[in-house]
Amino acid sequence: MELLEFARGPGLAIALALFAIGTVWRLAGIFRRPVKPDYSEPRSTALAAGALRAIVTRMWHPRNFRSRTLVGTLNAYGYHVGLAIVFFGFAPHIAFVERLTGLAWPAAPAWLFAVAVALTFIGLFYALMVRLTSPVLRLLSNFDDWASWAITIAPMVTGMAVIMLPIEQGYPASPASPVPVAIHLLSFELLIAWLPFSKLAHAFLVFVSRGYTGAAFARKGADL
Amino acid sequence: MSAPANDHPLDLESPRFSIEKPAARYDKQGERPDAERLVAAQRAFGRDFGRAAAAYMESCIHCGNCAEACHFYLTTGDPKYTPIWKLEPFKQAYKREAGPFAWVYRALGLKRAVTVEQLEAWQELVYDSCTMCGRCTQICPMGIDIAGLVGLARHAMFEAGLVPHELWAVAERAEREGSPLGATPKVLSERLEWLADDYEVEIPVDQPEAEVLATFSSIEIMKYPESLVATAKVLNRSGYTWTVSTRGYEATNFGMLSGNVAWQRSMSLKLIEAAIACKAKILVLPECGHAYSALRWQGANMLGRPLPFRVLHISEFLAESLRSGRLKVRPLAMAAAFHDPCQISRRGGATSAPREVLAALGVELRETKDAGARNFCCGGGGGVVTIHRADPLRHKAFEIKMAQLDATGAELALTSCANCRQTFDDGRAHFGWRREMGSLLELVAGQLAD
Repeated sequence: MELLEFARGPGLAIALALFAIGTVWRLAGIFRRPVKPDYSEPRSTALAAGALRAIVTRMWHPRNFRSRTLVGTLNAYGYHVGLAIVFFGFAPHIAFVERLTGLAWPAAPAWLFAVAVALTFIGLFYALMVRLTSPVLRLLSNFDDWASWAITIAPMVTGMAVIMLPIEQGYPASPASPVPVAIHLLSFELLIAWLPFSKLAHAFLVFVSRGYTGAAFARKGADL
Repeated sequence: MSAPANDHPLDLESPRFSIEKPAARYDKQGERPDAERLVAAQRAFGRDFGRAAAAYMESCIHCGNCAEACHFYLTTGDPKYTPIWKLEPFKQAYKREAGPFAWVYRALGLKRAVTVEQLEAWQELVYDSCTMCGRCTQICPMGIDIAGLVGLARHAMFEAGLVPHELWAVAERAEREGSPLGATPKVLSERLEWLADDYEVEIPVDQPEAEVLATFSSIEIMKYPESLVATAKVLNRSGYTWTVSTRGYEATNFGMLSGNVAWQRSMSLKLIEAAIACKAKILVLPECGHAYSALRWQGANMLGRPLPFRVLHISEFLAESLRSGRLKVRPLAMAAAFHDPCQISRRGGATSAPREVLAALGVELRETKDAGARNFCCGGGGGVVTIHRADPLRHKAFEIKMAQLDATGAELALTSCANCRQTFDDGRAHFGWRREMGSLLELVAGQLAD
């Protein structure tokens, strides 16, 4: 079996299965834990609204902390938005999704894609630099942090190798250079397989943790 | 190992009330093999780990933002005071023993088992350098309630017998005598009698029935007795029938602060049973921050059912009584800055009550740079003020408070927590600071009008 054939077939299936199983397993690990009843008299019973409010408002840092967290927050937004545009806005990626799901949408203009690529690389390297130099982050960092960084940037790096090749629109069955495409696809598969088992799971855990705190604070009528 | 309880004499002469500075520290209680301590800690940890705590343990992205909210980190720059780092052995234990991939971590040896040495090393981080003020919760992009997790970690530390000497001693005294600072029922009765005579104020005690049960903090009873008088004046003027009960009057809960759930429950139940016995409709909590957390938000859970009475912090009672016209006050043409006790405001949701009271007094409120739910802790909450070895760190954190209050230029500085007040008294003495922290309750009592 050719490498590209493996990446498009069993490799992708295994990665998607790991992603699904890992996500379900990790969430189940949380939701199987008991919930103690809270008999205190609530100041508000709008707990779902509190959870939703926390999920939305925590997307931006509170004013009092802005001077200390603005650069980090902007940088995080830079590479998160950049990654989203790169994944969802590039024509070959849309063709890849269309082949799997039948869903398609217009591609981002070339200039926006170029900006997104730049933002993502700059943001990820800035994040790495801060993690390497900040005493707080050096203390907190473990294997998950370093591996997650490397696994996140890997599809960007391998994607650059593919994009150096003559651009082929769509998702050709037999690309002119199958090996770089296969490596790019495998690096993406590694990312989605790794995601639920690592800190990258914040992609879905963020709703759970923010939601619980938002509901608890709403119950007390406390600002969050 | 633990020393006998009578080896911990109280120090009631210093600006900060605690036990005397121990000549030899006993930060490891009891005589047990380390393996037993670990099992006990593990059991407590497992028992506590509900759904929300598990979600929090899974969610940290190691961004380090929480450090930027912590007064201990901000004033020292020491990364070990990063709030989430204070939970590191507990995260390690969770991931190895209870998390969704615990079996993988164990099978592949990816997480080492937590050791007693580790927990001992973390004692300073879980107790001395965390007031559980919850400012870190406000900054966390994942919304992790780090302060709540530290409270759970303390349960495990207590079960392992790894509580700082002073905090263990005052908690044990509170459980044994009914008060951490020697305010036994006999002492309380004598004080109330003396105060009633000296201040010519009626203080009903042990009435069979009353609409309101008044409770106190032992810091008020022993250090700020004018607060007891102020409580009596306010309640007498409110028109409610009220009483103090010698069965349940001590609102501080060092069971909760030290991490002993059984003691926390027995301390809460004394108040609850006293309120039920006199058929109170309202239990008024004193100017004490953690008392509010302990009874208002955790009291019913200690009982195992909803409380048959309302629990109000005294600032809420004042605001409600001023709003309803039960209390009237003479205006006071002054400017004041207000220090929000973390457990009442940020963690308790009663941020507006003191502001409503100050507005009723006509006081010009000059907010500090960070106020209300974003307020900086005084540094003495969570039992930290009792721990002598934490004094240098606490004093560093206090520098933020002095700078922010001075910047307001207000004549008055007020708060609604006796523990904050004594932390301010201690900081004032240490730094030779000119400003005195006053009581909101005492201010209102002095301005009562017909």
